[in-house]
Amino acid sequence: MAAADDVLRVAIVDDEAPARNRMRDLLGDCAERLPLAIVGEAANGVAALELLARVATDVALLDIRMPEMDGLELAQHLRKLPQPPAVIFTTAYDAHAIRAFELHAIDYLLKPIRAERLHDALIRARGTRPAHADVLRDIRQAPRSRLSVQERGRIRLVPVDEIIYLKAELKYVTVRTAAREYLIEESLVRLEQEMGERFVRIHRNCLVARAAIRGFERAADQNGEARWVVLLNGVDEKLPVSRRQQAIVREFAHRG
Amino acid sequence: MASINQNVYPRAAPDFRNLGVVLRTLVLVNLLVIIAALIRAQTLGGAWNELLQISALVQPLLIISLLALMLLSGWLQRLAYRTAILFVLTLVLALAVALYFAVGRALGLDAAALQRGCLLTLLATLIVLGYFDLRARALSPALTEARLQALQARIRPHFLFNSLNAVLSLIRENPRRAENALEDMAELFRVLMADNRELSPLSREVALCRQYLDLEALRLGERLQVEWHVDNMPGDALVPPLVLQPLLENAVYHGIEPRAAPGLISINIFQRRNQVHAVLRNPYQENGSHHAGNRMALNNIRERLQLHFDVEATLATRVTADSYQVHIVMPYRTQRSDGRG
Repeated sequence: MAAADDVLRVAIVDDEAPARNRMRDLLGDCAERLPLAIVGEAANGVAALELLARVATDVALLDIRMPEMDGLELAQHLRKLPQPPAVIFTTAYDAHAIRAFELHAIDYLLKPIRAERLHDALIRARGTRPAHADVLRDIRQAPRSRLSVQERGRIRLVPVDEIIYLKAELKYVTVRTAAREYLIEESLVRLEQEMGERFVRIHRNCLVARAAIRGFERAADQNGEARWVVLLNGVDEKLPVSRRQQAIVREFAHRG
Repeated sequence: MASINQNVYPRAAPDFRNLGVVLRTLVLVNLLVIIAALIRAQTLGGAWNELLQISALVQPLLIISLLALMLLSGWLQRLAYRTAILFVLTLVLALAVALYFAVGRALGLDAAALQRGCLLTLLATLIVLGYFDLRARALSPALTEARLQALQARIRPHFLFNSLNAVLSLIRENPRRAENALEDMAELFRVLMADNRELSPLSREVALCRQYLDLEALRLGERLQVEWHVDNMPGDALVPPLVLQPLLENAVYHGIEPRAAPGLISINIFQRRNQVHAVLRNPYQENGSHHAGNRMALNNIRERLQLHFDVEATLATRVTADSYQVHIVMPYRTQRSDGRG
């Protein structure tokens, strides 16, 4: 990290004010032996991402259970920062996550936390590489609530429930909302695995939000052959349904 | 193990004020009547006539006996089991004889019919009492198990460790408040770990709930808003201990903690006729996973309500777009009306 020999820059992310106070006290205790500075605090994942994108941070202490966006999802988005901080998870009790952390050698602290234990974790954290996003996703066992998009060195969060379709193009996936388009560097297959409940595949390269489908109609493609296209709420584009995915037209007709 | 269980659960005559006991008695005796009719009849059609004839004799005795036992039940509960059983047998026999002299003779029954009737009455009563004894024995291990299960469900580690963490955070800057919080916690955990098989006053349960919510307010601050409507609450009503606290814990865990904005938990307890109603409502978001932990607590409470009140208590849940509601109805019992007190 940038400030390896210098002061360790630490951020506290926890939704409970007393828990943040306690962490401040503990970091104060650690500061006697380890030069460190608290660069910021946040009460949920969204606020934390905004903070960590703005303020250079070496270590982020993330509570797991938080409103808006939890610690496990936040850690997935943090990886997209140009200089992602090392992450230490904190939790009072989460048997599932703890088992998974042990399995993948991800550092975590159990609340109430001891100062010595925190000190050791901070020293270790400087050398570790962040956990892989896929691993974090598996631990969390739930799709992300937002996708993170890198834009000019910043991170922008796109709520998944605003997405109309996801379309793979060469290296990138286009994320379309009613307002605009974004490009993300992820695989459409992984996105389908993660968000298959919300999106349906209409073509080899395209996932459409089920809720955004207004209907289907027959249209001629460039070769003059008739095929189905999807009509969408929120955008005027009509997306072609591939021959292999035609079953969804019938499925949709039965539901609607 | 069996002897320990017998010590823990003293045998007592069935409580005939309980609707479940009454219903089960009616069903059992009428089953016996149907069996008797089928045995006596030559043809299936004849069985119907037999059934009517037997019923004409049995139903009046059955209903009068149940009414008498209902009235005497409070007193009956306090007798030793054997004495109580002897009393029930004598009472039912006496009523049978009384019915014979009151109307039976006029219907043309003779002394031989009386003897046979008395013997059958005696046997039927023994069968019913035997059934209730067996049922009580079958349920007593379930009660132990429910208690253990309750113990596990009650101390949610999430609450314990987060609260300890909140108290630790207070020690340096506000030792007085930390002391109070620890005292609250000690009291709460004393109840949580107590032997909670006996019914206890509703007012005690409500006091416990307030202590619990005070502790949660310590760490959640403004996010936790609580509204109590307990002006018409019958504080002396006897309820299973920890019938409400686990529900509030669920409300906090699933309703308040997943929200960044403040959320309101409302508790409404009142008496309507002979029933105590408790309605708990909390905010609810569909994506805030409402899963296994909640169901476990609900099943646990439902089971304990059933063990204490049988069919007289109900627990219903209702989910709307933005709220979750639990409605409990229990019979209004007090220390005085409950014979065991």
